Amino acid sequence: MSNKITIEPVTRVEGHGKVTIYMDDQNNVRDSRLHIVEFRGFERFVQGRPYWEMPVLVQRLCGICPVSHHLAAAKALDVIVGAGTGDGLTPVGEKMRRLMHYGQVFQSHVLHFFHLSSPDFLFGIDGDPAIRNIIGVAMHHKDLAVQGVMMRKFGQEVIRLTAGKKIHGTGAIPGGINKNLTIEERDELLKGPDPLNADKMVDWSIAALDFFKDYHKSHAKMLDEFAVFPSNHFSIVRKDGAMDLYHGVLRAVDADGKKILHDVDYQEYDSYIEEEVKNWSYMKFPYLKEYGKEKGWYRVGPLARLNTCDFIPSPLAQKAFEEFKAYTNGKPNNMSLHYHWARLIETLHSAEMIRELLNDPDLQKDDLVVKGKKLQKGVGVLEAPRGTLFHHYEINDNDQITLANLIVSTTNNNEPMNLAVNHTAKAFMNGHTEISEGMMNAVEVAIRAYDPCLSCATHALGKMPLEFTVINQDNKIIDQKSK
Amino acid sequence: MTKSQSAVKLKLTRKIKTMNKKVIATTSLAGCFGCHMSILDIDERILDLIELVEFNKSPIDDIKKFTKQVDIGIIEGGCCNSENVEVLKYFRENCNILISLGECAIMGGLPALRNGIPIEECLKEAYLDGPTVGLNKEKILPNDDELPMLLDNVFPCHEVVKIDYFLPGCPPHADLIWNALVALITGNEMDLPYEVVKFD
Ligand code: SF4
Repeated sequence: MSNKITIEPVTRVEGHGKVTIYMDDQNNVRDSRLHIVEFRGFERFVQGRPYWEMPVLVQRLCGICPVSHHLAAAKALDVIVGAGTGDGLTPVGEKMRRLMHYGQVFQSHVLHFFHLSSPDFLFGIDGDPAIRNIIGVAMHHKDLAVQGVMMRKFGQEVIRLTAGKKIHGTGAIPGGINKNLTIEERDELLKGPDPLNADKMVDWSIAALDFFKDYHKSHAKMLDEFAVFPSNHFSIVRKDGAMDLYHGVLRAVDADGKKILHDVDYQEYDSYIEEEVKNWSYMKFPYLKEYGKEKGWYRVGPLARLNTCDFIPSPLAQKAFEEFKAYTNGKPNNMSLHYHWARLIETLHSAEMIRELLNDPDLQKDDLVVKGKKLQKGVGVLEAPRGTLFHHYEINDNDQITLANLIVSTTNNNEPMNLAVNHTAKAFMNGHTEISEGMMNAVEVAIRAYDPCLSCATHALGKMPLEFTVINQDNKIIDQKSK
Repeated sequence: MTKSQSAVKLKLTRKIKTMNKKVIATTSLAGCFGCHMSILDIDERILDLIELVEFNKSPIDDIKKFTKQVDIGIIEGGCCNSENVEVLKYFRENCNILISLGECAIMGGLPALRNGIPIEECLKEAYLDGPTVGLNKEKILPNDDELPMLLDNVFPCHEVVKIDYFLPGCPPHADLIWNALVALITGNEMDLPYEVVKFD
């Protein structure tokens, strides 16, 4: 008898993603699938619209990292309006966008750590579900909750002052930006009353990282042995190999750290990347063309970025990076739960970058926009909080969009998330016929490490309450549990 | 906190001491989670909110099925598939007051740009014709039993169930959400100054 187990985040009715685990007749896991059940169809419905609408329109795919979509679209349109690739903007144009972007990465990483993951660390992954959530954190660890809330607020303020609005702003336009940062606005962020200033944010980022490192000391086995598997790693890096979340060249390394994509120009992304369509998910499966579907898939996001880059260009994060690298003897880190560690190093880096940018007088300059000779095609790529994000647009002579292609960060992590679920399911389900509480929690934790934004590809704000059903071949339910 | 906000808070804490906690539930249908993010943008007031209300089914906690009748249900997003319709009806059955939060819930929002275009064309563009799906020679389209049925159009929530309040914005301003919730919790009139209701 073979069984099928379906896990539906946020129940049968609400989730935008769910997991099915297929069992063979020996009660071993044969296969598992993470289904993404949302479909929007923007590739088609943006056709015919004027190109300059894209940065404000397409960000509405995702309210969790709207700035990433806003900026990736703007970068693609920079190319179209003849302002070049990434480095063609005026200093104020580029730096305002960078500030906006680091504000976004900061708030998103903070949200993930404090609001989503800290309950698992504080109450244990088997902790009482009634308190294992941000409300529990607020009631039992008020200081930590306040830190999380205020750090997120700071990131959102950075976004508001650069983009005009905390969610779905309008700051970036093709060829540049529509406002600079006034001295008053700068001082609000730089010298705001505690805790709302850049210095405090750097300190609190260090504290969050220390919190994680302490946890790691006492839970090394769990963090180091859970959902570990080799993979390629993919991101953009600055031309000199430094971590750069806003602009750079495409690089991939294999599980041993050997470069397999050599710092190439992302305008040509479609000569290196292809996507497989599977009939059981609306989310496609990207892979490196040269290595094919089987071997060419890769991980993206904080862990991958720390594996691809050579160094981090801000001093405190660089120190943390060296420690991170030393843990795996300089080799790529393939441990899924180390995403959390990597994410906190990036949080620190973002706080440092925000402080550095705020001290840069270029932000008060007035030459906001660059224009040149118009082109028909543009590709914009950046590192969103969850990984590499591609936007590709083409236009006609009437300035209407004729083609739009997006590969969002979570899509890039599709295969690894499926594998992480598979590893976890095998570890907990093989030889068992009943769904255990442990297995349900573990699958949840495995998916959450990747911080999937299934909204651009659903990302439940908090936990993913799961419903598990075991179904036999005759479609009869033989076990059902929920948590 | 501005003066008016702290005045509201004061009034609120006085009132709340004399009444039971209201129960709130939230969900995201065909939305982008931006409206939920805007709820979080009430910032430190979220710590007050937790003391004032009890959360039932919501993405911010672990409650998956309604465990009781809920006072206020907040809906983000319209309906683009069969699952969205099911959840919306489930919310209507279990919530005394239902709020459409944001453009998507109120009018369909960005996802409704596909209305008027046959859904096949959207699927074809995404999975068969796009520049990076080169190898989809077998012409595979997502159609598994595990996937909910797509609706031919994206529907605003009030076309599917009765909605009691509409809070506009994309997303609605955090202060609008806060003022509306405070009014509903205390039974006072909503305080809606222009800066809070206007949006781009
Ligand atoms: S109304 Fe705007 S912010 Fe809210 S779900 Fe829709 S697109 Fe997102």
